Amino acid sequence: MAEQHPRPEELTRIDYRPPARDWMDTKPQFRKGTYCYSALPKNLEYLGMPNPRVWQPHDEDWKLPEGWQQIILDGMKERLEKYRSFRLFMDICVRCGACADKCHFYVGSGDPKNMPVLRAELIRSVYRRYFTPAGRVFGRLAGARDLTVDVLKEWFYYFYQCTECRRCSVFCPYGIDTAEVTMIARELLNLVGCNINWVMEPVANCFRTGNHLGIQPHGFVDSLAMACDDIEEITGIRIDPPINRKGAEILFVAPSADYFASPHYYTLMGYLMLFKELDLDYTWSAYAGEGGNFGLFTSHEMIKRLNHKIYHEARRLGVKWILGGECGHMWRVIHQYMDTLNGPADFLEIPRSPITGTVFENARSTKMVHITEFTSDLIRNGKLNLDPRRNDHWNVTFHDSCNPARAMGLFEEPRYVIKATCRNFHEMPENTIREQTFCCGSGAGLGTDENFEMRMRGGFPRANAVRFVHDHFGVNMLACICAIDKANLSALMEYWVPEVQVGGIHEFVGNALVMKGEKERTVDLRLNPLKGKEGSDA
Amino acid sequence: MKVLFSLAVVAVFSALAYLGGSAAGLRTLFGVIVPYAAVAVFLAGVILRILAWARVPVPFRIPTTCGQQKSLPWIRHARLESPFTFWGVLGRMALEVLLFRSLFRNTKAELRQGPRLTYGEEKILWLAAIAFHYSFLVVFLRHLRFFMEPVPALVRLVEATDSFFQIGAPILYLTDVFLLAGLLVLLYRRLFDPQVRYISLAADYFPLFLLLGLALSGVLMRYFTRVDVVAVKEMAMGLVTFRPVVPETVSPLVFVHLFLLSTLIAYFPFSKLMHLGGVFLSPTRNLANNNRARRHVNPWNYPVKVHTYEEWEEEFKDKIKMAGLPLEKE
Repeated sequence: MAEQHPRPEELTRIDYRPPARDWMDTKPQFRKGTYCYSALPKNLEYLGMPNPRVWQPHDEDWKLPEGWQQIILDGMKERLEKYRSFRLFMDICVRCGACADKCHFYVGSGDPKNMPVLRAELIRSVYRRYFTPAGRVFGRLAGARDLTVDVLKEWFYYFYQCTECRRCSVFCPYGIDTAEVTMIARELLNLVGCNINWVMEPVANCFRTGNHLGIQPHGFVDSLAMACDDIEEITGIRIDPPINRKGAEILFVAPSADYFASPHYYTLMGYLMLFKELDLDYTWSAYAGEGGNFGLFTSHEMIKRLNHKIYHEARRLGVKWILGGECGHMWRVIHQYMDTLNGPADFLEIPRSPITGTVFENARSTKMVHITEFTSDLIRNGKLNLDPRRNDHWNVTFHDSCNPARAMGLFEEPRYVIKATCRNFHEMPENTIREQTFCCGSGAGLGTDENFEMRMRGGFPRANAVRFVHDHFGVNMLACICAIDKANLSALMEYWVPEVQVGGIHEFVGNALVMKGEKERTVDLRLNPLKGKEGSDA
Repeated sequence: MKVLFSLAVVAVFSALAYLGGSAAGLRTLFGVIVPYAAVAVFLAGVILRILAWARVPVPFRIPTTCGQQKSLPWIRHARLESPFTFWGVLGRMALEVLLFRSLFRNTKAELRQGPRLTYGEEKILWLAAIAFHYSFLVVFLRHLRFFMEPVPALVRLVEATDSFFQIGAPILYLTDVFLLAGLLVLLYRRLFDPQVRYISLAADYFPLFLLLGLALSGVLMRYFTRVDVVAVKEMAMGLVTFRPVVPETVSPLVFVHLFLLSTLIAYFPFSKLMHLGGVFLSPTRNLANNNRARRHVNPWNYPVKVHTYEEWEEEFKDKIKMAGLPLEKE
């Protein structure tokens, strides 16, 4: 498998010169490694989505439904009347090009259609042709073109080569947000059944079982129990995590990767240890066991269908408020969509930390608090006994995950927690962090194996910044607060900067947290010996 | 092709206007009818376009946050880059509209040996944009001298400031220089930056050539030929007081200038130039980042098919029981 992938030195031979032919005259090549496979019919059938069938993007015939052009055009018309963002972003771009080299896929591939402006032009050209007088009359001269099968294939290729990270929208003088364009474009593609399995399978699983992998209730319980076994081995403390418990004060919702993937698993251990130490009155839910929401990568309707579980479960269990774990796109949904789609949450109370008494006024309507908001408040109020020396074997840098950065503005809380739990911390260069942070290259449902080359290309700017802090400061730990990051940055680091590991912030909390009655720790949550404890018997 | 076509259209339009300005029978058409029609199209077009945008709902509050959110009281929150209140949004919009804040962030990514990616400062685009837009504004204000009697003190002040660095006679207006320089930089990027050239449409070159034609015809009249300014003012006053006259001594060059302007404003509502209005409506900029504190209402939010807890429990009843979790229906 590995030897089939292009080597890093091959990937960085990037030609940024655009081709001689006009972009309307070039077609995408469905080259292995640069696109994702189609959604399996069973997933679409389960969700009641259109045109389930067996097909692949590299096939000549995509088995599109009868009248597919009209379906797309009707869908566009409907969305032009429903989303001011979409309408405006179709109309006001001046093609200044400021966004061009802001996209990680463009930087990593040199493919001009990965410039955000051109990505949007792929759909704008169709908009002009069918919805503006100039495009109807002047056609190509006005930048308009017919909606053909080739155009649709191009949409599929490039709108599943955008991670909805919003970096371009930071630099656009009119705030044109390619994520918004991509979301609408994917909705349109979904209308004719052009979607990818790496998005649709998690959606179908999540709808049915409550998590992306399709883990059933007993599996959920086992996963948490396994983490508790490991915690007991390391700390000597036994935790019995509450699940589906009615009457708890707080419902905790994390991305499901935290309980079935690594290195997410160490973050999960961190949560469990923290809540145990606080003696927090909370519960997990096996039904609302997924904070992540691949609906965001499908359609606005699917966001709502999946997100519904969280308030529904909070109401059933009778909790007062909701706490959310480390996840990127989950927090875009919770911060910018949940209350609007499934609120008002007037049956809940304004979140108040039972430990510090802090009232989270910023979450007074949605009633859901980010775990780093919660933990930084604990630390600020001196409620945690922390020994940051236990993270001395880590030299940490922080990757701002796209959505908490650019759709929430969560910058200081995670840094505050890291600095309180780790003694070695170095920022990456300023054009690659905070609101200018670079995507891991695999967000928005693109983190699948068959898309490996494109992921490594897209992640190259991020990896290159990590390389910089590794070479200059000896950084060996890339911290992040996103489940997709934890999976994909791990692959990315293995490929570009193999000296660097990836971890979540509550892993550091778990390491540093001095728990009441714990035994002397000799290893961290990964069973690495602690600094100064090497050689002692764990 | 796109470039030449746009240039050709502007050249043909200029020639037409020159001929029209030279032929006695057409001077009323180019001096009165076309300008009135253009203004009418401009006003109606811009209003209708903005109404069309404004009629479309904003279903979600989706600001792009470029700074720290307001959360805990001891964390300094970025009032302008991640505004929480109406006033913060107003400040952010003012920075955006008046100073082109986002464009000012611009960087240039370069892949160097190593491989190493670097991000250099790139302020040329911002500078050219600022130079062009503000010079255009000042030039517009200066032109009010033709349309108002007496000339307002503000217009005189603008003129006096603009000609501060007087070089010889006639007075050289700085904004004339900046305006042309700005336009030329923007055109240069379109023609010679391979990426920008690749993304450019005829609709990008056309307004640039129109503006250049407009500016050059103005410069020509002001600095290089003698134009009967009194007659031009008479004609301008006639237009704004709805008693149009076309004095015989008005030069055909004035007609070129006026026709290019008429073309520009008539084209405006149907073009990308509407970014002037659109920037105010952009939902990633003009909304507060207070999503979790104040609920945003989507007017078309509709019920969807969901998977309830009851359905979930029904399907997995045995496994829930086996795992020792409580059941609703026992």
